[in-house]
Amino acid sequence: MRQLPAVLKRELGSYFATPLAYVFILIFLVLSGVFTFYLGGFFESNQASLAPFFNFHPWLYLFLVPAIAMRLWAEERKSGSIELLMTLPISRFEAVVGKFLAAWAFSGLALLLTFPLVLTVNYLGDPDNGAILTGYLGSWLLAGAYLAIGSCMSALAKNQVIAFILAVSLSFLFIVSGFPLVLDAFAGWAPQWLLDAVASLSFLVRFDAISKGVLDLRDLLYFVSLIAAWLSATAVVVDLKKAD
Amino acid sequence: MIEINNLTRRFAQRTVVDDLSFRVQPGEVLGFLGPNGAGKSTTMKMLTGFLAPTSGSARILGFDIQRQTLQAQRQIGYLPEGAPCYGDMPVAGFLAFIAEVRGFRGAEKRRRVDAAVARLELEKVLGQSIETLSKGFKRRVGLAQAILHEPPVLILDEPTDGLDPNQKHQVRQLIGELARDRIVVISTHILEEVSAVCSRALIITSGRLVADGTPLELESRSRYHQAVTLVGDALDPAALAALPGVAGVEANPVEGSLTVLARPGEVIFPQVNALIHQRGWAVRELDVERGRLDEVFRALTREEAA
Repeated sequence: MRQLPAVLKRELGSYFATPLAYVFILIFLVLSGVFTFYLGGFFESNQASLAPFFNFHPWLYLFLVPAIAMRLWAEERKSGSIELLMTLPISRFEAVVGKFLAAWAFSGLALLLTFPLVLTVNYLGDPDNGAILTGYLGSWLLAGAYLAIGSCMSALAKNQVIAFILAVSLSFLFIVSGFPLVLDAFAGWAPQWLLDAVASLSFLVRFDAISKGVLDLRDLLYFVSLIAAWLSATAVVVDLKKAD
Repeated sequence: MIEINNLTRRFAQRTVVDDLSFRVQPGEVLGFLGPNGAGKSTTMKMLTGFLAPTSGSARILGFDIQRQTLQAQRQIGYLPEGAPCYGDMPVAGFLAFIAEVRGFRGAEKRRRVDAAVARLELEKVLGQSIETLSKGFKRRVGLAQAILHEPPVLILDEPTDGLDPNQKHQVRQLIGELARDRIVVISTHILEEVSAVCSRALIITSGRLVADGTPLELESRSRYHQAVTLVGDALDPAALAALPGVAGVEANPVEGSLTVLARPGEVIFPQVNALIHQRGWAVRELDVERGRLDEVFRALTREEAA
């Protein structure tokens, strides 16, 4: 475990070594503003709440988060540095988790930079700041889930664009798995428990509750176990694909 | 000691490394020779724990690379083929990362990085990102990361590939300095390198070991071992060919010389010398060969490929 901070630090630093970090943060802030004020009707709703802000995060993340995850492993494989990384005395766990945590910390930083919204809503009214905090936590967990999927796809594809597209598609399935679009495909032949299981995988249903300020332990557990599952898959895929 | 037992690696149907077994002792610089695609890099990848062997085992100072991967990897400094690094990192940051991963902190970390930087003369490029460096500097950064923790085992995949003659000389000197009490394994297809730095050479082709010996021993397997080359006027090839122990005479029209080949195990210089004196030939150059490694290499690797 002693090597994990070194991996994390290097990975986080490499985001800022290229314009990627700044471009990402800028676009994230602009888009979340656009969503909140225009599409979300922040002022029109006349409520001191950040629900219009959080509501769009699953869709905002769908395209933005895979963009930070796509380079995690694909770049290492493309440049060959994965051979260096995997022959240093670092365990698979440390490498996979260290990289993930770096990307997660980065997405957390972008999220923190939306703090002027919190100030605004506190200036305009008297919001439930506990609910806002829960919303932020939920949003960060959601980003983590997208990142874990993205990290696995990045390990799978040597090409970053393919990794991006795979991650977006798969994440989309996780968003809509509670919608008729997906459930209809199961209805008719699948037993009810499977239908319920698929529906319960949906990001939207889980995130909706958290973004409203309701932090259910089961939802928390859902996101944490989803992240753990995809990171385990990442470790397996890295081992299988590293030498290709 | 590195112990390799029946190491085999297959990719799909192709056997890239085929039942390789050998041992390397501290103090040895082992040259791993073979044509491109012979399995040199694959073997090194298995030695360093990057690739899992299909069967067989490798032990690094007693640690099994498959079961005690991290302990074994701590003993190794590895320069992968092409010296891949994190291109977007500056040299100083990259070496600091390697030092941290190798478990050094604080003053010890700085000391290790400084020592590696000084050894490879990287002071001028410390702040530059690695992708902007010339090929020679990139290779030196790769070497610096490999020797940073002063490992007892160094595994270098084509350490001088793409370097200019001065840089090659430097790297060879460095390997020579590092070799004391260490195990160094280098792969190369440059034969002069083997004579220059290696105390022992392995030739592999199609994943199989075809020769194992000191460079001198390998050279002595050459047709040209103990051959005598003369440059002079009015030489008589027939008389030379008739000398005892002579296998044949080759004319080299470009240099205007004759090469007298010895039968295996024979020393023919005294006879040739006596004949020169007896006939009173004006010989301008006289050269006894140790043997030609490239010719041994070709003979061994072509036989196998055919």
